[in-house]
Amino acid sequence: MLRFLLIRLARALLTLALVVTFAFVVLRLSGDPALLIMSADAPPEAIAAFRAAWGLNDPLWQQYLRYFNAIFRGDLGQSMRDGRPAIELVAERVPATLALTIPALLIKIGLGIPAGVYAALHRNSFADRAVMLLAVAGFTVPSFVLGLLLVLVFAVTLGWLPSGGQESWRHAVLPVITLGIGGAAVLARFTRSAMLEVLGQPYMRTALAKGVPWSVAVRRHALPNAAIPTVTIVGFMMGSLLAGAVVVESVFSWPGVGRLLVVAVANRDLAVVQCILLLVAATMVMANLLVDLLYGVLDPRLRLSATGGAA
Amino acid sequence: MSDLALREAPAAAPPASLASAPPARRRARLPPLVILALAWLALMLLTALAADLVSPYPHTALDLQNRLTPPIGLGGAWAHPLGTDELGRDVLSRLVASIRMSLLIAFGATVISAALGISLGFLAAHFRGLAEQAVMALVDFQAAMPFLILALAVLAFFGNALPLLICLLGLHGWERYARIARGLAVSADAQGYAAAARGLGASPWRVYGRHVLPNIASTLIVSMTLAFPEIILLESGLSFLGLGVQPPMTSLGNMVGYGREYLTRAPWILLAPSAVIVLTTLSVSLLGDWLRDRLDPTLR
Repeated sequence: MLRFLLIRLARALLTLALVVTFAFVVLRLSGDPALLIMSADAPPEAIAAFRAAWGLNDPLWQQYLRYFNAIFRGDLGQSMRDGRPAIELVAERVPATLALTIPALLIKIGLGIPAGVYAALHRNSFADRAVMLLAVAGFTVPSFVLGLLLVLVFAVTLGWLPSGGQESWRHAVLPVITLGIGGAAVLARFTRSAMLEVLGQPYMRTALAKGVPWSVAVRRHALPNAAIPTVTIVGFMMGSLLAGAVVVESVFSWPGVGRLLVVAVANRDLAVVQCILLLVAATMVMANLLVDLLYGVLDPRLRLSATGGAA
Repeated sequence: MSDLALREAPAAAPPASLASAPPARRRARLPPLVILALAWLALMLLTALAADLVSPYPHTALDLQNRLTPPIGLGGAWAHPLGTDELGRDVLSRLVASIRMSLLIAFGATVISAALGISLGFLAAHFRGLAEQAVMALVDFQAAMPFLILALAVLAFFGNALPLLICLLGLHGWERYARIARGLAVSADAQGYAAAARGLGASPWRVYGRHVLPNIASTLIVSMTLAFPEIILLESGLSFLGLGVQPPMTSLGNMVGYGREYLTRAPWILLAPSAVIVLTTLSVSLLGDWLRDRLDPTLR
């Protein structure tokens, strides 16, 4: 188990290093940051001063090492627009995003998993077909279309809820629903196929053949086994808690990380974009590690075989 | 319960086996939803191919006399069947141009990502060792990052042009093809036909291109069908944010993004492209699911 975790940890660090490299490469390939930030008709001395200040005159490998070094010290650069540390700008947006994505995650889990399990247990029934059709629809309706439709119905026509902004909890209702429904659909579809896979396994037949009641067999044998692939998807959803609301935040003018990212991209505020990229990557990697830990808890085979392999 | 056992059987047994015969026959007829999906996709393809013949006006043509006119049925006239936008541009013409653009991008990107993923997967399977580790590390990286964030970062740094956008979206989902191609190529090596071809002196190009690829094509085609709607959704999401296709070109997401300003006064501007996005992705998804059930028992 320990060895397994160490390998996973090494892979996680490698992934983070790749993201940092990606950010650096993309940043340098994209042209001269000095010209991007300063207007083209800025005086040459100003551009030269800017290049010196940001270390843009040094050899590329030096810049790369300095970049890595700075990131290890937690220095993610300053916003090239207003000079504030990028990490500060991002950090103050995080609570707003989490206020949307955490309730949405709960909706996804609370709605998607039961629906998927129910559909699998009643395969080919009317309910199964209905759940699957809804699930496909939920997956194929883009979040901005769903969000705008909700605005059209509940804000414009009925006037029950505000259409955008962040003054009260009522402003969060529509974005949370928009995020939750799409994710619930994906999760339902996935849970259903995981359950179907498990229900067809020989051990289910054995359990039933030796007289275990259907409900007990499902609870004791099917659900724990189907939980393993489902946990992977939930883990992925947890990893995108920070990044999953880019479009929805834009639809509802919600001042979260996603809005910040879109504005930073439009303004080419590279430090902020990088900072968000790295933060999102770190969240994803942490979530994946957590999933690996959960695998060990859920699946004794993995635990035992990994220990056996190490011994 | 026994029904479940029978339905799982085709995964192991050849399709013609006795056990799987009843479900196979039942699935042989086209379900009505799939027929509808195919019909819609055919309509979209024809629209995209014959865009210039179908569209009543150029999509940038202004008709300032008739701004924000509603579609037929809501008090509009036949001059603009789906109404006009804030500059008096015909919504139907814009829709046709957008369909062509969005389909072009989605087709281009799907082909690029499939080609890239399959090549890398075969490379990994052929050379094993370090090359395989490198490819798998890249796969992990790609799978670990939400693609939208990566795409936004690239667009922030490189600015935006149509070829770049297509290539960028072509990076979406390559890791899935790479995984599948690698896994299947490795198991094909174990099955002997690849070894036989190699034993007869075929070059690696020939072995992978002429022997392995046709044998795993159905699995890959299914994943392409499942990836296609995701690319449409990505492109329309980016364009909706104003960071994808740039005016004067237009795409479905683009229309929704601009139409959003007129949500209260002229909802038809954004409803028409929204409906097309949803129906198209839905159709491709239904088709993909159906193909998966028919062609590929391993990808449940």
